Amino acid sequence: MFSLKQNCWFIRKVVIWRAVASIAWSVLLLPVTSAVFVLLSRFSLFHPIQWISECTSLLTASSTIFSLVVLCGVVLITGLFNLEFYTLVPSIPCSRMALLGTVLHPRQCVHSLVYCTMGMLVMWCASVTIGGRYSTLGIPCKQSESGEVVTCLNEYHLFLLLAGAFMGYSHSFLGVVKNMYYVSFQPIQQYKYPRFKGCLPMVVKCSVIQSLYSARNFAALYFFFGYVPKTWISSTLHLQIDSSLQPLDSLTGLLDFSLLYHLSISGTFLYFTWYLTVLLFRIYVTEAYSFPVQSTFTEDAEQCLPKVLAETNTLVMKFLALQDLALLSQHSLSRRLEVFSLSQPGGHPHNWNAISRECMSLLSELTQRLLAHQDAVASNGRVKSQSDVSETPRLSVPLRTPGSVFTSSVGGMHSALTAPFTPDVDSPFSSPAIRRLVGQQEPRSPWFGTVQSPHIMRRGPKLWSASTGETARLKLSYLHKIFSSNVQLPEASSQALFADSQAHIWALQGLSHLVAASFSEDQFGVVQTTLPSILSCLVVLLEAVDRHFKLPHASSKPVRTVCSMGDSTYKTLRFALRAALKTAIYKITTTFGEHLNAVNISTEHRKRLQQFLEFKE
Amino acid sequence: YGLLDEITNSAEEGMSLTHCNHAAFAVRRFSLWASSFHGSLFPHLTLSSDEMVAEFSQMLDWSDSALRSFAWHPHTDKFAVALLDDSIKIYKSNSSPTPTLKHRCQRSVCALQWKPLCGSALAVACQSCLLIWHVDPASLSTRPSSGCAQVLSHPGHSPITSIAWSPTGSLLVSASPVDTSMMVWDVAAESAVPLQRVGGGGVTYLSWSPDGSRLLAATPSALFRVWETRMWTCERWPCLKGSCQSACWSPDGGCLLLSMQGERVIYALTFSDLTGINNTYSSPVTAFFLMKNHLKQLFCPPFFSGSSFVLRAGDSQADNHPSVIAVFKTRSSPVFELLPCGFVMGEAGAEPRFMQFHPHFQHGALLTVCWSDGRISHVPFYFSSAGLLGGDSPQQALASNTTNPSSNKLYTEQIS
Repeated sequence: MFSLKQNCWFIRKVVIWRAVASIAWSVLLLPVTSAVFVLLSRFSLFHPIQWISECTSLLTASSTIFSLVVLCGVVLITGLFNLEFYTLVPSIPCSRMALLGTVLHPRQCVHSLVYCTMGMLVMWCASVTIGGRYSTLGIPCKQSESGEVVTCLNEYHLFLLLAGAFMGYSHSFLGVVKNMYYVSFQPIQQYKYPRFKGCLPMVVKCSVIQSLYSARNFAALYFFFGYVPKTWISSTLHLQIDSSLQPLDSLTGLLDFSLLYHLSISGTFLYFTWYLTVLLFRIYVTEAYSFPVQSTFTEDAEQCLPKVLAETNTLVMKFLALQDLALLSQHSLSRRLEVFSLSQPGGHPHNWNAISRECMSLLSELTQRLLAHQDAVASNGRVKSQSDVSETPRLSVPLRTPGSVFTSSVGGMHSALTAPFTPDVDSPFSSPAIRRLVGQQEPRSPWFGTVQSPHIMRRGPKLWSASTGETARLKLSYLHKIFSSNVQLPEASSQALFADSQAHIWALQGLSHLVAASFSEDQFGVVQTTLPSILSCLVVLLEAVDRHFKLPHASSKPVRTVCSMGDSTYKTLRFALRAALKTAIYKITTTFGEHLNAVNISTEHRKRLQQFLEFKE
Repeated sequence: YGLLDEITNSAEEGMSLTHCNHAAFAVRRFSLWASSFHGSLFPHLTLSSDEMVAEFSQMLDWSDSALRSFAWHPHTDKFAVALLDDSIKIYKSNSSPTPTLKHRCQRSVCALQWKPLCGSALAVACQSCLLIWHVDPASLSTRPSSGCAQVLSHPGHSPITSIAWSPTGSLLVSASPVDTSMMVWDVAAESAVPLQRVGGGGVTYLSWSPDGSRLLAATPSALFRVWETRMWTCERWPCLKGSCQSACWSPDGGCLLLSMQGERVIYALTFSDLTGINNTYSSPVTAFFLMKNHLKQLFCPPFFSGSSFVLRAGDSQADNHPSVIAVFKTRSSPVFELLPCGFVMGEAGAEPRFMQFHPHFQHGALLTVCWSDGRISHVPFYFSSAGLLGGDSPQQALASNTTNPSSNKLYTEQIS
């Protein structure tokens, strides 16, 4: 499973161990959560002593131990899925169709299936633990006419199992929609235990809310379609249906307080187990890692900060290295001095050169990306003639666009024009991080698809109308109407452009703090040589960002999500980047002040910097 | 307890729900007992929201003060004033228009602070939320729309009585006396990380050290904490008597001066490491100073400006003694020292309510004082070593409309 990932020392030595530690902690916490679940599920207000004694005897029973073993397996698989699917750059579908394609993707289907099974397993454990009428699938019952005892289907047990499958699917589904596997970094550093303690109430709240939602939805679903699985199970397993009991897919059957209580309690337990695993994984993976700035041994050279920053294949290492750079630039005098130091034979500022070069290339890459997007939008804005159809350079890049899904769905007769929906590593579900992690050269950066999506969406109909007759056009306009009303999710393209901007924010912080610190700490003046290029790089980026925020939807704020485990930090990254960029320029201008006039930069940039010197930005 | 009251009453009205009545009565008794217990543990929780703001605001007599809060911009000649009608005015040194900020969430403004390393952002602590105004310095508009304001709120985190930007401008911390956790905001992303410590019952006052390595958080109880901002762990400092009222840091962040409620001394804490990297321990209290008898209560923080000044205001309850501001010179090396320097008095009947040093006055130090009669005056101190003549009289006024510089009597000696 991880054979391809192990190329990099960092994955091998750090990430894997962090994941193992997080899984180990989730397994260790399992008995605690199970005990709480047992206490809550057997809760009786009027017989407290009996309640406690029952629970203690249950906790030591063999069935509970077996359930724990099964739950450990579930947690293990959840942890492995976390490690396999986690991403530092969220995949942002730019339209409803792309989202649909993501949800229906084979890889996602497998994921859903596994989660359904795990949900059923957990619910089976829960029903065994609750005991009573939930414990087994078959129960002996008397037939009303003959009076003989036969095995009947226990609908309560089935109800809980199906609820588990439903919750598993909805977890997997919401995982895609809400980017559950996106791991974001906190703005402040905390030790793992305080952070865990601080997040725990949020996780409990989320799992309770999610469980209540799921319980409601499942009850409604079961009310309408409950008879289907019921009859199927009873016919395949040759179980009778006890007609003397109230069927659960009726209003009176569902309005059973104890049933709903147990359903929501078990659902909470189920979600809590999964969310806890996700939380621990996030905490462990985002923990800061301190890379050495320079090493005396040549074999450790690849683990030093300048080398690690230049690495592009292992995204998690690059992110942690940039975070480390931002931290050392603010908090660590001794490591800053190492950055500014000269190499021993030769006297070259290799460390500073490598670090500043890497940061600036990151920033200028973002500038290029923004400019390309602006060009694309600008050329899209004007009315295109039919001749534009001929130049379709981007159609050769098929995937992840509304157009591709669109054409594949109506394709067949025009296979030459359609791009097949190819489910592979290039799929929408696998994030760029995964792609980079498996060592494959990424065909395009994550923003590319979003840039092209408006192109193709508007071009698609034109292709049709240009090449086919009136019927096709009618059909198409109908389809177009369905999707085009809300085809482009507002601000999604803007979000996708800045999806990996956490890296840029750290680069800006690191660079600006190092430059500011160099004013007093840089003994050899190594920073001064790069100061003009750093300043112009920042100003150019600022201009591009300013222009981007003039685009429609770019400055609209996302709706704040209520309690959810899915992290929505990526939705506001562009604002964070703009703030970080301005702060970075201010940091440099306030430190250097009038000395900036001696720096050799172009007049326009100087004019812009003068605005910063006067605090007019 | 409205519901419980209702149940009790309805049961008393002759309905035969005696069980329910008893149960509701018991629950009500219990909850009353619990709240009174909680209230006796933390008396400030029994205050209403406005009373709490008035109690913990840095502005003295906040509730009837014409000026609710005041803040200098850290880098330019610009300051913001919150007025009694909950509007905020921004004054600049030149004759450019003075924008008035109004927002429907902007009620009971308790604190203002400009974002460092930024020209436009102003954080406002309100009763229900935190507002971040983005006032474009180049704009000529006098009424920026409420679209220029970001609203940050967190359930259970109001009223907000203190805010502090990190010196790098990347984080904003807000505190509420009813919330045991303080919020660390990433303002642009509008996300908050709660940092909770239960002891103390809330956080009333925050102060970030100028080097950014430490943050003071005072609680309503006799306890304050000093957080280090690298890994966000804290040291607990149980005070001797009363809660910490206000505090200020030395410019290098190595020394913290504190004033306590009901005590006439200033405490100083020195921190051994200035860089804040390796060492998290600090040395204990090293100095305290007794005040003159007629200064009954400390109410304003001593402020550092540059490296040479501490000021504190004394509130005189005794007859015939006007309130004065005491000025101290400080020296941080070789040992920390406070030297009495003089007093600043207002007009007859006017009492100082709030004061702040101009953060980067070129020629010495500029103290801005908000008086009880609604005036704001600027008191410059010229250092003779800076090449200018030592001057006692207030010579310049930046905001002419609220200032009456000639009215101040200044009994200060010449400053070395």
